[in-house]
Amino acid sequence: MTTILPRREVLIVGFGWTGAIVAEQMTREGLDVIALERGLWRDTSTDYAVNNAQDEVRYRYRDELFEDLSRETLTFRNEGGQEALPMRMLGSFLPGTNVGGSGVHWNGQTWRFLPTDFQVRSHNIERYGEDAIPEDMTVQDWGVTYDELEPHYDTFDKLCGIAGKAGNLGGEIQDGGNPFEGPRSSEYPNPPMEMVAAPLRFADAARELGYQPFPGPSANMSQAYTNPLGVSLAPCSYCGFCEKYACGNYSKATSATTILPALMQRENFTLRTGAMVLRVETRDGQATGVTYVTTEGEEFFQPADMVFLCTYITHNVNLLMQSGIGEIYDPQTGEGQVGRNYAYQAMSGANVFYDQDFAVNPFVGAGALGQVIDEFNGDNFDHTGLGFIGGGYIAQWQTNGRPIEHHPVPSDTPTFGLGWKQAVRENYNHTIGVGAHGAVHSYRGNHLDLDPTYRDAYGRPLMRLTFDFKQNDIAMSNYLTDRVAEIARAMGGRRVDVSPLKTPYDITPYQTTHNTGGHIMGDSPSNSVTNKYNQSWDISNLFLMGAGNFPHNPGYNPTATVAALAYHSLAEIKRSYLQNPGPLVQA
Amino acid sequence: MQMSRRAFLAGVSTFALTAAASAREYRGGIPWHPGASLPPPAFDPDDVYFTAEERAFVTAAVDRLIPADDFPSASELGVVDFIDHQLAGAYGRGDIYYMQGPFRDGLATQGYQAQAPALLYRQAIADIRQGLADAGQPDFVELGPEEQDLVLTRLSEGRETLAHTDAKTFFDTLWQNTQEGYFGDPVYGGNRNMEAWRMINFPGARYDYRPWIDHGGEAVILEPVSVGGRMVP
Ligand SMILES: Cc1cc2nc3c(=O)[nH]c(=O)nc-3n(C[C@H](O)[C@H](O)[C@H](O)COP(=O)(O)OP(=O)(O)OC[C@H]3O[C@@H](n4cnc5c(N)ncnc54)[C@H](O)[C@@H]3O)c2cc1C
Repeated sequence: MTTILPRREVLIVGFGWTGAIVAEQMTREGLDVIALERGLWRDTSTDYAVNNAQDEVRYRYRDELFEDLSRETLTFRNEGGQEALPMRMLGSFLPGTNVGGSGVHWNGQTWRFLPTDFQVRSHNIERYGEDAIPEDMTVQDWGVTYDELEPHYDTFDKLCGIAGKAGNLGGEIQDGGNPFEGPRSSEYPNPPMEMVAAPLRFADAARELGYQPFPGPSANMSQAYTNPLGVSLAPCSYCGFCEKYACGNYSKATSATTILPALMQRENFTLRTGAMVLRVETRDGQATGVTYVTTEGEEFFQPADMVFLCTYITHNVNLLMQSGIGEIYDPQTGEGQVGRNYAYQAMSGANVFYDQDFAVNPFVGAGALGQVIDEFNGDNFDHTGLGFIGGGYIAQWQTNGRPIEHHPVPSDTPTFGLGWKQAVRENYNHTIGVGAHGAVHSYRGNHLDLDPTYRDAYGRPLMRLTFDFKQNDIAMSNYLTDRVAEIARAMGGRRVDVSPLKTPYDITPYQTTHNTGGHIMGDSPSNSVTNKYNQSWDISNLFLMGAGNFPHNPGYNPTATVAALAYHSLAEIKRSYLQNPGPLVQA
Repeated sequence: MQMSRRAFLAGVSTFALTAAASAREYRGGIPWHPGASLPPPAFDPDDVYFTAEERAFVTAAVDRLIPADDFPSASELGVVDFIDHQLAGAYGRGDIYYMQGPFRDGLATQGYQAQAPALLYRQAIADIRQGLADAGQPDFVELGPEEQDLVLTRLSEGRETLAHTDAKTFFDTLWQNTQEGYFGDPVYGGNRNMEAWRMINFPGARYDYRPWIDHGGEAVILEPVSVGGRMVP
C-alpha cells in the first residue's frame, strides 16, 4: 500500500552536496521545498566530534560513512562479453550515504576545469585534425562554456572558502598561481595553506625542471572564514583524517559546514531522512513525484511540481533506468542515451624513498594540502605525435599517515613477514608519494545498463557497470607517469618506485570517487539526456545534478564543476523556468 | 533477533517523530541534543566467533604475517582478539555487504565474490587443514615457520585451490584484517598499548598538528593517543 502525501513545489532526491545547494537556492525564492534522503541526519558536534573522528578501523575499513551495499549495489565487468558480478564490498569508489553525502568525507581538492575541457571534441579536432578522436571515442562538447560557468565557480569558491592562489585574474597571469587556468573574476577567498616539507620538495624539483608549481586549491580552511551565508568555518588543524573521514573541527567545507546551519532555519524547507527513493513517477511527459520507502518498509508517494535528482551519478542513472525515463544506451547500435559515456579517473604515481635523515611526518596532513603542476593537463601541451588527447595534473598531496592505509614500502619488499615489517618501519616516515590525476575520455564500450541476474533489496534489477581503461587513457596516463618519474627522481631520494595505471580496471583498490557520465548534458536530445541546464530533455520538470552530466571526465577532481553546473542550472530556473515552466532549451 | 547496528543507530538519532509519513522529519532548525555523540562500538572480549582450533590456526598465521622482532608480533598485540571480535559482529556477518547469490568465481578485477567474512574464514581454514591432512602433512599449527610461510605464500598467489571458497580471497582478507588489528585503534582489541603506533611513531588520534607544520624534515615524535584516550585496555 502506498500512502499519498501532500504535494510540494520542489522535491529534492538525495541530500548531499548538490541537494543542499539546490535547497538553499530554491528556498531563497520562497518556494516550498522538501528533500528526501535515504540516510540519517548527521552533524559535526554530535556525530563527528574530534575525539571520535580519527578512527581508521571504524570509518575507512568498516565503512561507517559509506553506502550500505546490502540495500543496493551495482554489478561490474570490464567488457561486454563478460558476465558482470556484483560489487559485494566497496573498493574503487566510496560514495556517502547520509545527510551530506560523499561531501562529508571528501578531500576538498577543489578544481575548475580548463576552458578547452568543455570543447573537448571541437577543440581537439581544430588543433590536431579529425584523426585526433578515434572512432570509438565518444567524447563531445558539453554545450556549456567556461565563461558561462565562471560566475558559478566563483559562488562555490566563496561558499566553501577555498584556499589558493589565482593564476589568471581576468586574463592577467599571476605569479604563484596556476598559469594555465581559465580567467577568474576574483582571487580565492582564502590564502593558500601553509605547506609541510613534502610538497615543498616536490615544488622545488618541479621548478628545477622548468615547471610552474602552485598550491593546490583547498576546501580545508587556511584560516577562519565566514561565508556569504553567514556560516563560519575554523582553521584546519592538519589532523590527517580528511578523505574518507568527516571533519571533527569545522575545517573542511561540506554541506554541513557551509549551508545547513543557514538552510535549516528556513521555514519553507523540510528534510526527511530514512527515505529511500525507488522511482520517479511520470505522466504525460511530466514528473508527478517520487515513490519512496522508509527504513521501516512503508511506501509513500510524494507529489511535486519540480523534481531534482541529487543522488550521486550512479544513483541518478539508476533512478532513470528504474523509472523507465529515456532509452537505455546500447553500445552495439549506439541508440539510447541513458548510461552512455560513463567515465572515471586514470591514477598513477611514484614513491620517493629517503634515508633516515629526512623525516616526512606524513600524519601532519590535510586532504588538499599540496603542490601541483598543470603543464600536462588538458590541452596545456602540444599533443602532436603523442597518440592521445587530454592529460591530468601532477601533484604531491600530503593527506595522511594513517598506518593501516598508508605504510609505503619499496616494490621488492616481501608481501608479509619480517622483511615486510622492517621495511614498514624504515619507510613509514621517509617516503613521499607523487601522483598523476588523469582524465578518462568516454568510449563506446564503457557504459551503464541493467543487470539480467542480480537484484537489490527492493527487488529491482541492479545497475550494471561495464568499464575498462581504453587506449587513450593508457597512452595518456603512461605519458604523465613518465613526467611524474622525472620529477620524483629530482626530489633527492635514495630510490624511486613508479606505479603506472593498473590495467585492466580493477574494482577493488580505492582509486577515486570520481565516477562520471551516464546522464550526460549536450546540445540535442540525440546526443544527451539533459540540456545545458541539466534539465531532462524528456521530462521538463525533472533536473539532474551531479557528475552524471559530464560527457567525459577531465584531469581534475569533479566537485567544483558539479557545483558550478548546479548553480548555472538554478540561475536559469530562477530567471526563466519559475515564471514559465517548460523546456529551457528547445529541442 | 539481534538488531543490526545501523538500525540501532537510526533509532537513537531519531529526532522528531511526526506523522507516519515521515518517521524522521527536520524543520525549522538544526536538530541538536545535549550529550548526543556516537562513540566507537565497544570491544567485548567475550563476543567471539572462532572455535579453539580456528583460533590456533589464525594465531599461527598472523604471527607469520607479522612475526616478533624487536617489536611485538601480531598476536602479541591482540590481533587475534581483534579478528575474532570483528567476525562475531556486523563485519563477520557482512551486514552492509551485498550477500545475495548467485555466488560465482569472478575475474580478479571483479573483487570479493566469497560469502560473508565469518563464513569465508570458517570454510577456508577447514579446507586448508583438510588439504594438509589429505597430503599426509601435519596440521598448520604443527608446521615449521618456513612451511607455514610456504602455505601462506601459495594462498596469496592463488596457487592453492580450496574446496569451498577462494584461496586468494581468504589470504587477502586475513592479511587485511591483520593489518587492521595491528595498526588500528586499540579500542578494537588490537594494537595493544599502541605499540604498533610507537614502532613507526604514528601519534594516533591527535587532532592538531599546527605547531609541527614547519618541521623542516625533523622527525616529529609524540606520545600516541587513542580515540579511547591514553588509557587503553
Ligand atoms: C573519499 C572521497 C574523496 C573525494 N575527494 C574529492 C576531492 O578532493 N575533490 C573533489 O572535487 N571531489 C571529491 N570527491 C567527490 C565529491 O564528494 C562528490 O563529487 C560530491 O559529493 C558529489 O555531490 P552529489 O550531490 O552529486 O552526491 P553526494 O554528495 O554523494 O550526495 C548524494 C546523496 O544522495 C543520497 N541518495 C542516493 N540515492 C538515494 C535514493 N535513492 N533516495 C534518497 N537518497 C539517495 C545519498 O545518501 C547522498 O546523501 C570525493 C568523494 C569521496 C567519496
